[in-house]
Amino acid sequence: MKVVYLDNNATTMVAPEVVEAMLPMFSDYYGNASSMHTFGGQVGSMLAKARESVAELIGAHPEEVVFTSCGTESDSTAFVAATESQPEKRHVITTKVEHSAVLALGHQLEAKGYDVTWLDVDEKGRLDMAQLADSMRKDTALVSIMYANNETGTIFPIPEIAQMVKERGILLHVDAVQATGKIPYDLSKLPIDYLAISGHKLHAPKGIGVLFVRRGARFRPFLRGGHQENGRRAGTENSPYIVGLGKACELARQYFDYEQQRVAELRDRLQAGLLAAIPDSIVNGDLEHRLPNTLSIAFKYVEGEAILLRLDRLGICASSGSACTSGSLEPSHVLRAMGVPFTYAHGSIRFSLSRYTTQEEVDYVIKEMPGIIAGLRAISPFRG
Amino acid sequence: MWEYTDAVRDHFENPRHAGELKDANAIGEVGSLACGDALKLFLKISPDGVIEDASFQTFGCASAIASSDALIELIKGKTVEEASKITNKDIAKYLGGLPQAKMHCSVMGEEALEAALRNWRGEPAVPQCHEGKLICKCFGVTDAQIRHAVRENNLKTVEDVTNFTKAGGACGSCQEAIQAILDEELGKPRVTLQEFNPKPKTAMTNVQRMQKILHVLDDQIRPKLAADGGDIELVDVDGQKVTVMLTGKCSSCRSRQTTIREMVEQTLREHVEPNLVVVEAE
Repeated sequence: MKVVYLDNNATTMVAPEVVEAMLPMFSDYYGNASSMHTFGGQVGSMLAKARESVAELIGAHPEEVVFTSCGTESDSTAFVAATESQPEKRHVITTKVEHSAVLALGHQLEAKGYDVTWLDVDEKGRLDMAQLADSMRKDTALVSIMYANNETGTIFPIPEIAQMVKERGILLHVDAVQATGKIPYDLSKLPIDYLAISGHKLHAPKGIGVLFVRRGARFRPFLRGGHQENGRRAGTENSPYIVGLGKACELARQYFDYEQQRVAELRDRLQAGLLAAIPDSIVNGDLEHRLPNTLSIAFKYVEGEAILLRLDRLGICASSGSACTSGSLEPSHVLRAMGVPFTYAHGSIRFSLSRYTTQEEVDYVIKEMPGIIAGLRAISPFRG
Repeated sequence: MWEYTDAVRDHFENPRHAGELKDANAIGEVGSLACGDALKLFLKISPDGVIEDASFQTFGCASAIASSDALIELIKGKTVEEASKITNKDIAKYLGGLPQAKMHCSVMGEEALEAALRNWRGEPAVPQCHEGKLICKCFGVTDAQIRHAVRENNLKTVEDVTNFTKAGGACGSCQEAIQAILDEELGKPRVTLQEFNPKPKTAMTNVQRMQKILHVLDDQIRPKLAADGGDIELVDVDGQKVTVMLTGKCSSCRSRQTTIREMVEQTLREHVEPNLVVVEAE
């Protein structure tokens, strides 16, 4: 059965060009970049090239790029850097809709006795900027805000936020895992101190991430040991994956226009097709400021997991907005923070496209989805 | 990914008994849109008490739909008396098992059956045994329902209780209360329901006492012990006797008897009940 993969916010296909760039790193260039011999040393220059490619994509200097194992490690490192370097500051600000990587760090700090401000969002998932302005204090060690939301695709106004935070001299961490490669941003113009990237969300493999650390920003390593990454991240460089990520960043630059236009067009086509064909359906999130590839759509009277299983039978991969798999049937923390009615939140589905998504695939979903929803509504005790 | 058996998948994908039953003479409804799952059970019961036909309408996940279908397979053709003996375990067994996190789907089936049979007998919709103190406000689960699930399925942890009843799964604020119920259920031999009738309001129930103790431990005592690298666990509450265990650095501290007597006991007496006696677990 053909797989229609519309779950690219969960993970992406590794681009064929990326695989091609990585393979010689296993067979021919397996040396250790730290070695004295030429065989290892040549790997060092390949890593340097990859670092430049990453830096170019995000408007950073190569030495501001620290390779990590994943987005979660990058987020953790930023928190360690900001809190351990300013032990006298015991307040952190973040949002209620962060990825669990950041939510967990906030909870951990609370357990350590920190005061954590959890910023609210409105019904479209937009950040309460006044609350952000009001909650910054003298003892705020870090503000950590995601660039774009993984569930709804809502993009936060990071340039504005960065300005506000910078004016008060507070460190800012941005979890840009979902934004990177989908929307352009330029760190040479944005006063952000730390920024997290995950390779597997932009067609590099799983197991590689980046933490951008601005030159001069306070820093304490999360992993200690060797001198790799200028002493900011110990552990032998994962050279095949770093080279792969470098290639993926080059490709992302080439495809930016395509993502903004064609992928957005296909997403809009999917959205319009589903809304037109299925009554009692709504779109979650901020339609004005949204990742070009993401559609979070909710269907009343049916439950997300049942929809996903029916889609699965047709080879269509998507995600659900309800955490039914956890047993609690609790709608996602993002949809709850937005105040999406429970009646819709339980039936929320996230489709996330990529540059590999075709119109044929989108039309297949538009064709099959009304039958799935109608079928489940037919056996539901609730009706429109 | 789902760890469903073939039977669950089959009953989800091809439910045999979905839809309304026009000539039903008993209907049982449980759950709601807000809860994330709901089941409406239709029964046609003959004058001599045989379930001649049955159907369901379910809003919920795959295992909720499969559990509903399985329930009907189990009760169709049975007498009311036979059907009333069917429990959530029978439903799960019929399906070759359900993932632990989905057991509440089978519980929903059992509850809908109870509701439908009460409806047929002309009894009120809410069962007597579900009266009691509301523990989980998010999902409307009472202590009686939790106790029933704990006993019926040998539940041991708060997570188990959430898996079976959904209680504690949303905001999580009732998890301490669930733990207190579990402690009580697990610590005591099974007793008849009558003994659970609420006692006069003047005395604190064991659950209330335990909840209060847990709060005071968290808010007042733990922070003080943590300053010295120690921690404390509540082991048991039996009437006025509170058994605790000091952990971390406190466990090897020579003055732990003094800590228990002068700090833990004093604080608990001040904030919970004046006659509490605190002892260390052996």
